[in-house]
Amino acid sequence: MHVEVDQPKCVASGQCVMLAPGVFDQDDDGIVELLDADPAPEHHDDVRESAAVCPAAAIRLTEK
Amino acid sequence: MPETLTHSSEGQAEWPMPRAATCPFDPPPALKSLQSEAPVSRVRIWDGSTPWLITRYEHTRALLGDPRISSDATRPGFPRTAGSAQSDTRAPLSFINMDDPEHARLRRMVTAPFAIKRIEALRPAVQRIVDDSIDTMLAGPKPVDLVEALALPIPSLVICELLGVPYEDHDLFQHNTKVLVKLSTAREESAAALTALTDYLERLLTSKLERPGNDLLSDIATRRVATGELTQREAARMGVLLLIAGHETTANMIALGTCALLQNPDQLALLRDAPDAKTTASAVEELLRYLNITHNGRRRVALEDIEIGGETIRAGDGLIIAGDIANRDPDVFPDPDRLDITRNARRHVAFGFGVHQCLGQPLARLELQVVYSTLYRRIPALALAIEPDQVRYKHDGAVYGVYELPVTW
Ligand code: SF4
Repeated sequence: MHVEVDQPKCVASGQCVMLAPGVFDQDDDGIVELLDADPAPEHHDDVRESAAVCPAAAIRLTEK
Repeated sequence: MPETLTHSSEGQAEWPMPRAATCPFDPPPALKSLQSEAPVSRVRIWDGSTPWLITRYEHTRALLGDPRISSDATRPGFPRTAGSAQSDTRAPLSFINMDDPEHARLRRMVTAPFAIKRIEALRPAVQRIVDDSIDTMLAGPKPVDLVEALALPIPSLVICELLGVPYEDHDLFQHNTKVLVKLSTAREESAAALTALTDYLERLLTSKLERPGNDLLSDIATRRVATGELTQREAARMGVLLLIAGHETTANMIALGTCALLQNPDQLALLRDAPDAKTTASAVEELLRYLNITHNGRRRVALEDIEIGGETIRAGDGLIIAGDIANRDPDVFPDPDRLDITRNARRHVAFGFGVHQCLGQPLARLELQVVYSTLYRRIPALALAIEPDQVRYKHDGAVYGVYELPVTW
């Protein structure tokens, strides 16, 4: 799985950080920061859930 | 005919629709019929206009995430709320009624304190506020009104601390907030309440400019007003928005959530007997889904023609997107009318969806998690002090809830 984030789209809802704290973080303004673009399989479910609940469609996944 | 739709002479169903008297937690039965029979259809509202009503989960998420719809309440065709001060004012209540890029510019000025780690750091303080409020309640007479004793003061104390609003002034802002969120309030009265709150916030911002503290309003005053990025009035309106949003919603979730749990004792027992973080968090999401207290729909207006659900929404058409029924969509939440705190309800739209999704949601989640994990454990004998059918529900509120919740133990 490969993860990309689109910071200009992010509305700082923090949901991704809540669900997958090892993969996503927030900067000083609450905007998403990607910690791990190729997360280990045990994080995949949480990352998929993050992408599904992200209100701004700011998380893009490519499943390999 | 409670199970059928009320139709106006022109054939459209009337909005809002009444709930069934026997199911105070369920959306109106007529909404359920529309969801299965005509999920994208026209309704008639108080001013005679006929916006589209959206009832399915899938359409709700698609439209709320679509840049072709606008939140700008001053555009022609926008379905206005009866009685609202917003109905006839040109000035929007800050970024909630704006579109990007202006919306994003203003919203980003206040996102920092709502970042997950900053909110998590507040957990001990929120726990202290909740414990103190419960101590006070237990020391007093019973029965007691849970709304006055806990549901209102807890979020009020928390948002005051975060914004830097003196809690001593709570009479002023609680009274005016109450007026503003009541749909039956006359427009002049609601405009006066909005002005009173805005003036109050403006005075507060002035004093923060002189003596800044470690709070959000001081931050806005010194970093945005002093630099000319925001006018004093814009900043005050932003403050009003955050103050109202921080109050009314969480207070109603605490009281209505408790009311629902007391009437679903098996669910209450599950929550009370497993006070681990996971069970609590899951219960909070399920109660948010099930109760969906923002029950008047999210209002928008189309900027372009949009094809959805076999209908064509034309540019300039108004939209009411009914999250309460979307959260009961059986395609997404099996057996949706059952309160089940063990289900995965995380994808609910109680906080909205798209760029306007609730900014304060991490704070709301934190407060609800602390209250729900503390209250029923500390007072296992908590019970309604009146018959369930005597509870007065806020049918006329912009936010759904209960007017009071007499409890004993
Ligand atoms: S869930 Fe989406 S909008 Fe929210 S912080 Fe993460 S990327 Fe940003």
